[in-house]
Amino acid sequence: MKLDAKIPQGPLAEKWSKHKFNLKLVNPANKRKYTVIVVGTGLAGSSAAASLAQLGYNVKAFCFQDSPRRAHSIAAQGGINGAKNYQNDGDSVYRLFYDTIKGGDYRSREGNVYRLAEVSVNIIDQCVAQGVPFAREYGGLLDNRSFGGSQVSRTFYARGQTGQQLLLGAYSSLNRQINLGKVKMFTRHEMMDVVTIDGEAKGIVTRDLISGAIETHSAHAVLLCTGGYGNVFYLSTNAMGCNVTAAWKAHKRGAYFANPCFTQIHPTCIPVTGEHQSKLTLMSESLRNDGRVWAPKTKELAEKIRKGELKASELKDDDRDYFLERKYPAFGNLVPRDVASRNAKEIVDEGRGVGNSGIAVYLDFAESISRLGEDAVRAKYGNLFDMYQQITDENPYKQPMRIYPAVHYTMGGLWVDYNLQTTVKGLYCLGEANFSEHGANRLGASALMQGLADGYFVIPYTLGDHLATIGPKEIDTNHPAFKETQKNVVDRINKLLSLKGNKTVSEYHRELGHIMWEYCGMARTEEGLIKAKGLIRELKEDFWKNAIVTGINDEFNQNLENAGRVADFLELGELMVDDALDRKESCGGHFRLESQTPEGEALRDDDNYAYVAAWQYNGDNQPESLHKEELVFENVKLTQRSYK
Amino acid sequence: MSNNMNLTLKVWRQKNAKAKGELVSYQADHVSPDMSFLEMLDVVNEGLIKKGDDPIHFDHDCREGICGSCSLHINGRPHGPKKGITTCQLHMRSFNDKDTIVIEPWRAEGFPVIKDLSTDRSAFDRIQVAGGFISVNTGGAPDANVIPIPKVVADEAFNSATCIGCGACVAACKNASAMLFVSAKVSQLALLPQGQPERYRRVQAMVAQMDAEGFGSCTNTGACEAECPKEISITNIARMNRDYFTAKLLKSEE
Repeated sequence: MKLDAKIPQGPLAEKWSKHKFNLKLVNPANKRKYTVIVVGTGLAGSSAAASLAQLGYNVKAFCFQDSPRRAHSIAAQGGINGAKNYQNDGDSVYRLFYDTIKGGDYRSREGNVYRLAEVSVNIIDQCVAQGVPFAREYGGLLDNRSFGGSQVSRTFYARGQTGQQLLLGAYSSLNRQINLGKVKMFTRHEMMDVVTIDGEAKGIVTRDLISGAIETHSAHAVLLCTGGYGNVFYLSTNAMGCNVTAAWKAHKRGAYFANPCFTQIHPTCIPVTGEHQSKLTLMSESLRNDGRVWAPKTKELAEKIRKGELKASELKDDDRDYFLERKYPAFGNLVPRDVASRNAKEIVDEGRGVGNSGIAVYLDFAESISRLGEDAVRAKYGNLFDMYQQITDENPYKQPMRIYPAVHYTMGGLWVDYNLQTTVKGLYCLGEANFSEHGANRLGASALMQGLADGYFVIPYTLGDHLATIGPKEIDTNHPAFKETQKNVVDRINKLLSLKGNKTVSEYHRELGHIMWEYCGMARTEEGLIKAKGLIRELKEDFWKNAIVTGINDEFNQNLENAGRVADFLELGELMVDDALDRKESCGGHFRLESQTPEGEALRDDDNYAYVAAWQYNGDNQPESLHKEELVFENVKLTQRSYK
Repeated sequence: MSNNMNLTLKVWRQKNAKAKGELVSYQADHVSPDMSFLEMLDVVNEGLIKKGDDPIHFDHDCREGICGSCSLHINGRPHGPKKGITTCQLHMRSFNDKDTIVIEPWRAEGFPVIKDLSTDRSAFDRIQVAGGFISVNTGGAPDANVIPIPKVVADEAFNSATCIGCGACVAACKNASAMLFVSAKVSQLALLPQGQPERYRRVQAMVAQMDAEGFGSCTNTGACEAECPKEISITNIARMNRDYFTAKLLKSEE
């Protein structure tokens, strides 16, 4: 199949307006004859469900959490970008577009990214109207901050919990539509498969997580808003329940999976303390504005610190290596996420890491505290310092923080065209679950923006075109395709429940995470990736022989839920490795050791790799086929990123 | 490590909503003080699964204190012994070697037990569905800076908005009252100019739903505020009561 991204012709700034005009509309009186399924209730899902219901469609919304408000968008800390230029500092839609394309290392589509920047201003308006309490200045107007190395202040925020406030806003819109009877909400329901009839999505199969009932639901379109797959690494900043299952099942039903190897590793997280560790906690990127990153200059000094013979504060300035400031004098500690992460890894690999495990570097505020005073630092970062102390039992005002990178976001996801439709007709994908806007590296405060852009301002237009085309004919869940898909789901559950081996599902998950982190993490090589592929295959085989899954289907069974998700991660892991092997260049978060500049920076290969890699599923244990969507740049010039 | 602890857990086990529950003892050995409370339970569960037993079910997700999923009553206190945090943010260094820890689910009529430590908190969703929103359509919003909001008002609304909907307030209350939760939600919107048009209709609808869900009345004990992981103030309750009286006396038609 030839990939057609359906990006409208014409000048960049007119593409979306023209496209909106060309899309078919559904007659208002006919809208109530259509049903739309929305899976996932984070920013993308809640905003889509509420907006579509408001238009008059009947929406069925699903989430595996006990309340739509608990979707993982809730945990985003930093902020949301909007090209409002309220600060008069030179921001514009074009600048946000340009920053996003460049930040993504030129691996995203111009048309999509421009649209994202264009609707970013509407998002801020929408959220304020819903009662989202953004930070304000004394004059009563909205406050902004600069974020993630951006040169303009375009980030709107709500203390350290912007995600929660935006999600509560979208959730309240969703609640309004539930109240009006236009949305039927299914909580504690997990999507187990997509039902397709003649290659078109017509519904889903779900499992009621409390009763175990396997149910079928039909609809004229299915929207997957199911988030990212960072938990394939086991340890990540994602919530425990985040999983790839919905997207993976869709992939197996014909939706291509794009750029799966593009994962973002965030440089400032609290390091791992031991094998019991279940997840990692992010410390906001804003800390790098005032903290200095360093490690001991020699292995010997690092070893003394690890053994407790020497304290960090006792180390003389001469014995410290402020490695980001040394290597990148222009940007210093504020280099982009991927660069900062990779450098921390290098230090640890050289044996200069600190902490008991030796897998950490320092983020030191001593200089800021002596310059600004402890109170000023507390006013800025108090809540983050408290959080750090709560978790580590160390006082960051007195000794430097220990930080290490952790998996945070996945830029890859289901391939979608300009209308957010996957390669399966009638199946759409929104938010982090799709691959589209962030290229090979996402900029700070852009994830929330994309989720809400897709849900509030893109899908309400593009979905109508599909619905108007197929017509409102009712879809019967008695169709054999529903029965067959339902049976497949039941069979797979029974197969999982028959596993009575000797290793827990979490042990497999942890092992997969180790493999992914080691060979498909911050630095990748052909040799390592080939090795990883073999290891994942072995692990997957072993899982289906020796895992233990307890209990029965017809009950609340968290062990069974987890088993299904880990089984899917085991399959995804292999595809990520295949994708990383195919892409023999370095770009953004994907760093191939074979492709670097003489200074050791990521070296892109635009002649050969300026494409989206979209993978097609060909059956269990069969190699997937690669389809390339060439990226066309008509407006920006491709340059080598340099932060020297 | 030498400072690892050996603990005795007494955990509420209940197969499903209809079954009779009981406290069951488990041994948790070699517990590192750096573990979070939920990681300690993970380790116990791994042991149970290896024996083919049903693991202890509990709700959890983000494990950084914001999703509001986790919900344990630990030694008689919602979210355990420390102030201003959720269970997932509690670390084992808050306990001592050889301690016995009693772990129960939220106990309230409005939150029936689903299994073990997991309860059904959908009543909170239904209260918000009843009126916890501003009726604004997607696309119809004016420019975000059209209505200036004084910083003190915005900050006060934000303080109410930090509620994570975990239900600790209900669990802490001897009457199982949901007043702190509902009042925080009512207050956020009542304080902001955007929330004024539906202010009185909202408070009546949400209070009516709260009563219908079987939550108890508020007798100003203040346990909710003391146990709230986000330290939401009971001033919200006074504000909600005032709005509710105003609505009933003067604005019942709004």
